[in-house]
Amino acid sequence: MRNIFLFIRRYFNFVFFVVLQIAALYILFHYNKFHEAVFSGFANEITGNVGGKYNNIAYYFHLKSTNDALAKENEELRNKLLSNFEKPDSTQKIVQDTLPYDTLGHYRKYEYRSAKVVNNTVSLPNNTLTIHRGENQGVHKNMGVISPGGVVGVVINTSSNYAVVMTLLHRQSKISASLKKTGETGQVSWEGTSPLYITLKNVPKSAQVAKGDSVVTSPYASYRFPQGILIGTVMEIVDDKTSSFYTIRLKPATNFFNVEFVTVVENLQKDEQAKLEEETNKINQ
Amino acid sequence: MSDLVRNTIRFVLFILVQVFVLFQIHPLHRFIVPYLYFLYVLWLPFSMYRMSLMLVSFLFGLTLDYFTQTPGLHAAACTLIAYLRSFVVNILIPQEGAEQNYKSPSPVSMGWAPYSIYVLVLTLVHNSYLVLLEWLQFGSFLFFLGKVVATSGISLMLILITELLFFRKEKFRTNTA
Repeated sequence: MRNIFLFIRRYFNFVFFVVLQIAALYILFHYNKFHEAVFSGFANEITGNVGGKYNNIAYYFHLKSTNDALAKENEELRNKLLSNFEKPDSTQKIVQDTLPYDTLGHYRKYEYRSAKVVNNTVSLPNNTLTIHRGENQGVHKNMGVISPGGVVGVVINTSSNYAVVMTLLHRQSKISASLKKTGETGQVSWEGTSPLYITLKNVPKSAQVAKGDSVVTSPYASYRFPQGILIGTVMEIVDDKTSSFYTIRLKPATNFFNVEFVTVVENLQKDEQAKLEEETNKINQ
Repeated sequence: MSDLVRNTIRFVLFILVQVFVLFQIHPLHRFIVPYLYFLYVLWLPFSMYRMSLMLVSFLFGLTLDYFTQTPGLHAAACTLIAYLRSFVVNILIPQEGAEQNYKSPSPVSMGWAPYSIYVLVLTLVHNSYLVLLEWLQFGSFLFFLGKVVATSGISLMLILITELLFFRKEKFRTNTA
């Protein structure tokens, strides 16, 4: 017993070093579970706060481009207004209601909330951005996030006033996508190398793809995103002879280098869908 | 200014510079990520016990991790160089007892050549370990090598600029004074 104590005392520095390394590697490789940890929410609140202060300064320098992007989005939304589509006869009237259920039998499926980006990375292997809107303002985990340009990512962590979004430039990000022209679906992911492009996989070679084609969110991504939100445009098609699928490089529609405002999408019907799917899984087992 | 106050201010400044200046730089190439923050560990005083040195480095790395949402990554690399630091210093220090005469490692206290080797070795170790941990999760070997070389080159250049801009005056301390 005495020898054990002597050994520990003699190699105390080394033992301490090993303990710290194991602690660091443990939290690194349990990254996903780590989100559940109590103090990550607290740390998130602090780093979000610092990021917000810094952003107040940096925001000033981007005012012009932000203005342009918002004006463009306004114009697009104005074009979508129902009042643009007037009907010649006055017997039909469109009534808009803010309730989730209207008289025509439509349920509201998506609700949008805008949020300001306070911290953002692009150069790391797992990129995230922090937004100034959290649990208290209705942002929860697993919600989709879009920008004026297109898809941004998915909320992975929240605290009371901030939320962390896993952008498309994150190695665990996977989003179901489809070609806008022909409708073939595939999966968008990131290889972790260059932030300038993302990869679309599993598109069958029967699909007709051309450079510059738009890739949008598919109906299967509707748990988080409405169908048809732009993800990116085709930059390069890699024709792998050994596979019957294309690997397509996309230019992301969102400019991750200067994203300032994002919109968080809430699927109001997701609980119902999740419950049904879970029950079905139970039966199948 | 006492050592504690000086190093606390450095702690905050290095984190802020790394997160809000260096990580915000538009990436030039997929190999290049400018890392400077670990210079904090290299600048910590000689007189610190190895245990507290490692503990401070671990906390320093973890703080940066909370900003980048990669808990543990930078903490692991910082702890490693904090552990190896005293071995490297012992080999490189020119004469016996120089670490008692000066406060912390710098070109003045160690001499330019030993100090450069000290920085070079620990930079390479830090960046290799950091990229290795990234590489374990994805990537090819060529990517690993290229990224280590490129990031180390950029880090060394940044450290040189920092040393020239913020020249640290080191007073020679004797027993009599």
